[in-house]
Parts: sequence; structure tokens; C-alpha cells
Amino acid sequence: MSAATADVATGTNASGAGATQGAGRRPRRSDLGVALLFILPALFGFVVFYLYPTFRGIYFSLTRYNVLGKPHFIGFGNYTKLFADPLFWNAMKVTVEYVVLNIVFQTILAVAIGVLMQRLTKSTAVRAVILLPFLISNVIAALLWFLMLDFQVGIINEMLAGLGLDRVTFFGGDATAIPTIAAVNVWRHMGYTALLVFAGLQTIPDYVYEAAAVDGSTEWRSFWRITLPLLRPILALVLVITVTGSFQIFDTVSVTTRGGPGSATRVIQYYIIQKGFQEGQFGYASAVSMILFIILAIIAVVQLRLLRAGESDLS
Amino acid sequence: MAGMRKKLGAVVIGLATMSLTLTACGGGGSDSSGGGGGSDGDAIDTSTATGEVNYWLWDSNQLPAYQKCADAFHTANPNVTVKISQFAWDDYWNKLTNGFVAGDAPDVFTDHLSKFGEFANQDQLVDLDPTLAKDGINVNQYQPGLADLWKSQDGKRYGLPKDFDTIGLFYNKKYVDDAGIKESDLANLAWNPQDGGTYEKVIAHLTMDTSGRRGDEPGFDKSKVKVYGLGLDGNSGGPNGQTQWSMYTGSTSPAWTATDKNPWGTHYNFDQPQFQTTITWFKSLIDKGYMPSVAAVTGQTESTIFGAGKYAMVTNGSWSTNALFDTKGIETGLAPTPIGPSGKRSSMYNGLADSIWIGSKNKPAAAKWVEYLASPDCQNIVGDAAIVFPAIPSATDKAIAAWKAKGIDVTPFTNQVTDKTTFLFPITDHASEIYNLMLPALDNVLSGKADVSSLTEVNNQINQLFQ
Repeated sequence: MSAATADVATGTNASGAGATQGAGRRPRRSDLGVALLFILPALFGFVVFYLYPTFRGIYFSLTRYNVLGKPHFIGFGNYTKLFADPLFWNAMKVTVEYVVLNIVFQTILAVAIGVLMQRLTKSTAVRAVILLPFLISNVIAALLWFLMLDFQVGIINEMLAGLGLDRVTFFGGDATAIPTIAAVNVWRHMGYTALLVFAGLQTIPDYVYEAAAVDGSTEWRSFWRITLPLLRPILALVLVITVTGSFQIFDTVSVTTRGGPGSATRVIQYYIIQKGFQEGQFGYASAVSMILFIILAIIAVVQLRLLRAGESDLS
Repeated sequence: MAGMRKKLGAVVIGLATMSLTLTACGGGGSDSSGGGGGSDGDAIDTSTATGEVNYWLWDSNQLPAYQKCADAFHTANPNVTVKISQFAWDDYWNKLTNGFVAGDAPDVFTDHLSKFGEFANQDQLVDLDPTLAKDGINVNQYQPGLADLWKSQDGKRYGLPKDFDTIGLFYNKKYVDDAGIKESDLANLAWNPQDGGTYEKVIAHLTMDTSGRRGDEPGFDKSKVKVYGLGLDGNSGGPNGQTQWSMYTGSTSPAWTATDKNPWGTHYNFDQPQFQTTITWFKSLIDKGYMPSVAAVTGQTESTIFGAGKYAMVTNGSWSTNALFDTKGIETGLAPTPIGPSGKRSSMYNGLADSIWIGSKNKPAAAKWVEYLASPDCQNIVGDAAIVFPAIPSATDKAIAAWKAKGIDVTPFTNQVTDKTTFLFPITDHASEIYNLMLPALDNVLSGKADVSSLTEVNNQINQLFQ
């Protein structure tokens, strides 16, 4: 999933570079044929697995459809229903809450780890250890944390009780459930994100830091004045990938709280699955998916504009 | 130029993002499937049965017994081979729905009362009556009431009963002994929604905080409970409360039922005072610290926590008997559900059945297998395995005997049937939607986030589904 986004992103940059280079040359028609031939397999996959289902999804969102029968076209009925649906708005609220917590902490930690790796050690062993949580399957990680944080038999609550403190309903409490799920996913993803950041840091030449050191800049100052600005294009990409992924939080909820207690963790993807697969309302579920898509598309475009992802301050 | 490129890049990424989010729920493109057999009004000729039958079930505990049935079936019918697949409950129904759409659902599958109505409405199941009549299968050979549950609103029969379950009160023998309570007393508990009766007294006495004070003693600290008198099974129980509160609401006075009629009611009764006062009492157990909060049990399996020694008693179904009795280091006992204001006990009565998918490409063998599953031959094998109660009374007796041989007296479950103190699992249309409406609403009531009267509004929403 994220790989596809990355491909598209780098693809854009590459074609951009090609266009500048080729400006001086006469365009050769035969190149186009070969280029199309090479693009064809990817294009085929994109059309069959992304574009066609996407348009079908848009169509279904305008129908009443239970998968087993035929879809009935109902215009924007699903959308009017959706805007009056308190569960949908609650799902949006809960999801946004999750995304904010998840992204803020994950990004800060990832940049910190990435920079520490860059400035302190280039050891591959350290890199491997940092990546370790990401190699555990999402479901296993979620279940392990769920067990450890269980109110009654979880080791962490046993420790709290042993210290004479009150037990905490990590996954079950209204105020704690979403932060707990966010924390589990920060733990799992920060290593991977840190590695992306670390890769981005490799593109910053050492002489910039050397020059800064000569001018008497501290590490702290170099971080704010050099590292962060030059990291911006990579951060933009990382943020688009992680925010998109974060909005689609599902697995952790599905294997732990199942949307409960009440509707405290009924995130938007879980709501879509519930409506579509449990209640057989595929038209309505598709409409919710469409709204999610529009939100994500807006966020992606706004993010890239704000962070000027196409440009680097290096050149 | 640079600006242009940037915009293009953003659009391309936006497009990719769009596809990523949308394809997650695009769904396969398929016209109305089903088709297949087509002749569902007619009898299937089981005498020509041959080839392979795919069979699904969700309970891994039952797999060995049904594999034995499949082997015996194959010995009796060498031309037919049954291939069994087991998927856990949470995946089972999604996989099944996907299978209906994709055209690769199993020929025969274990069906649940809360699901089969929707499947029948969507024309996914084979009407069994013509075939059963032709083959001379007696549909009255099962425990009373079970077979008719599987008749849809159109009068067609979509499943043959395989087993049934009722609810009982499991307890930790050591905790009960330590509290000075006699096991025989547990068989005669009574509850009421005002003060909880002897039932609540026992629950309170079995509850203990970390400093060893019992729930009915002065100074009991409900914020530091070591052992809860009564467990809570995962959540509030949604619209049926099968293992949570159905044994109380089923024994109220005046009698309460979830729907106007069952099966196929069209009006729910969560607004009635008997229901709401019972829920209020049930919630008071949480408030007093005798039962864990919804937040504390979210997502849990009750038998695991019982096994960890955190509960003195739990109300749970007969299907959990082995899970609750086989826990190492804990000696478990079984008592019937308490007697309510109606003067009687009560237990929800639920049963599973086997259904044939309309799209099965091998209906003769599928029908033959369903008939075998519902016959004494297979149900005796299942009974001897002591895992569930088979639907045929003689096989039920075998299960009772097999459990007795293991030292477990399961008659508190079966007496509910012989004493006629059971009521049926509520079967209506819109089951999943109602579940998804009622579960969070009742969670909130038990958590104190909403008043019990808020259920009246939820009840209205539910009833509007039937308009």
C-alpha cells in the first residue's frame, strides 16, 4: 500500500527530472512507444485493482446494495442519511482523535530516533533492533499489548496494583481506549518511520554540518536550522503515508476492543466493515468510504502544498 | 513549471491515496449470484450422492467429534467425502458472506439463529422440507421446539437441528467453601430487582477486596477488588444478553420477552419497565463493586478470567462447560440460574443447525450429509464426546452420561428444558443492525454514561427498522 504511494511519488519526481534534462534535445517519437510498453504492466494493475474498483465503489455509494442482490440506484440517499448519522460523526471524531495522537507522537519519536541514529551510530544492529516491533504482525502486537494491559490479569495492572496504585482500564476506559490503541501503534510503527527519516537524513551532505560546526553551531541549533528544513521533502512523504495509514486504523481495534466500550473505539474503518459486512449495507458503507477518501485526498494535497514536497532546499 | 509539476505531483499522490482508501471496500463485482441449483422448491435426490462436500463450523472444540462423524459417514457412503474447515466465530460470518458473493461458499455450514433469517431473505439457503419428506426424515425427533426455529417467515425450513444450549451458574468451589456457603444452597438462590434477594447476598459475600474484606462487610473497598462475586462476559450483552442478563429478564414478573412474538417478531420491548428495572439492578452490582465494569472486561473472554481466579461465579452457556471445568488449579461447580420474581428459573434456549447453500454444486451429497448430521448416528458420536448437547433427546442423554463419567453434573442445564423454564433466542429481521444499535447503548447504561431510560429511545430506533 505505502509502496504504491512511494512509487507514484518518486515516479513524478523522476519524470520531472527527465523533462528538464530532455528540454535541450529533440523529442524522439520512438521513446514514447517503448515507455508506454514499460508502463503497461503497472498501468494494467492500476486500472484493474485500483481504478475500476474505485469507480465501482463510487457507483455503489449511490445505491442500496446488500452484495447478494442487485444494487438499486438511490442517488445521494446514502449521503443524506450519513450526514444525519450520529454513529458516523462519532466514528469521525474517534478516528481524528486517534490520528492526531498517533501521528504527533510517532513523528516526533521517529525524527528523534532517526537523528540520533544519524549523529551517534551507524550500526546496523541498532537499526535492526529499532525496526523489530514493525516486524511483528499487527494482530500479534495488538493482542500481546491487550493481554499485558488487561484490567484484571494484565501484568502491567498487576504491577500497578502491587505498587498500591489503582488499576487502569487501558483498553476499556472511555478516556484511555483511543490513546492506548494509538500508543500501541506508535510503538509498532515508530521504528519503521524512523528508518524512513534516517534514509532521508542520508541525503543531507556532511559538509553542511561541518560548515555549521566551523561557524560554532550547536547540535541543537543544527537540528532546527539544517536537519529539519532539509528533511522536509522526506517528512512530507512520510506524513502522507503515515496519516493515510493512520486514518485507516482497523486491525488493532478489530482484535481488541471491537469498537467498544459503547462506541469509544468505533473508528471509521471499523464502522465501514460493520455496515458493509455485518449489516449487509454495502451501498452505505461505500458512501462512508467515499467520505473518507475525500478527506484523505484533501489532507494529502494540503500537506504536500504546505510542505512543498516537490522541492528541496539543497539545490 | 516547478509550480505546475508540484500540483501534478500532488494530484497523482491524491489519486493514489484515493485508490488506496477506496479499494479497501470496493467489493467484488458480481451480479446476483445464487443461481446454481435453481430448483429449490423440489426435493433433492440424495440417492445419487457422490463426490466431495465442503462443510464449515466455527467451534474448534467440536471439530474432532464432527471429524468422527465425517469418517463414519464416509464409511457408510464410500462415494462421498466430507471436507471440514473450521474458522473462528469472528471470521466465520464474513468469510461465509464473501463466499456467497464469490461463489465458493461451503456446500453445508453450521448456521446460527441470529443469522439465518437474513440469509433466507437473500435466497442463499436451500429449503429442506421437500427432501426431508421424500427421504422420510422425522423432524419431530429433536428436543421440543428446536426444529421449528429454523422455519423462516415464508414457512420454509432452512436448517436441521444439531445441538442446543442453555445457561447455568458456574462457581469456583474453593471460594464458595471459604465463604462458608454450602453448594446445595447455590441450587436454590432467588433474585429480585429490588434488593437482589439471596442471590445478591451470596454474590456480595463472595466478593473480596485486596485486604480480605468481603463485599457485605463494613470497610469493603470496591476500588480494590481481588475477587468479584459475579463475572461479566466481555460486554453488556447487546440486545440478547445471553450470558449476561437474559436469565434475569426471563424470570421477571410480569413476564418480559424481548419481542412481541418469537420467532419473527417485529417489535422490541426494551422500553418496558420490567426490563429497565432489571437492568438497573444488574448495573447496581457493578456500582457496588460485586461485578466488574464494562470497561474492565472489554474484549475479554470470561472463562480466561474465571480461570485466573478473579471470579467466584459466572453465568455462562453450556457450550463453555469444558472451558470452565478444565482450568488447571481451579475446581469448578455448576448450579442452575436463580429463581426470579416469576417464581421460576429461566434460561435462554438456543440451538444450532446445518444449512445447505443454494449455490452448492453438489446438492445430493450435501443433503445426504445434512441428514446424517441430524441423525442419531452422528449426534450419538457428538454426545459421547461431551462437548455440547445434541438435539436428539437420546443423544442428549449420552452427553449427560459422558459428562457424568468425567465427574460433571450438567443437569442444571438440561433441567431447564425438562422443566420448561426456557425461552427462545429472539429471532427477527435486521439482527446485526439491532445488535450494533443496542450493544453500545447498553454498554453506556451499564457504564453510567446514560440513564436506563435512554433505552426507550434506542428501542424506538430499533422498532423503526421494521416500519
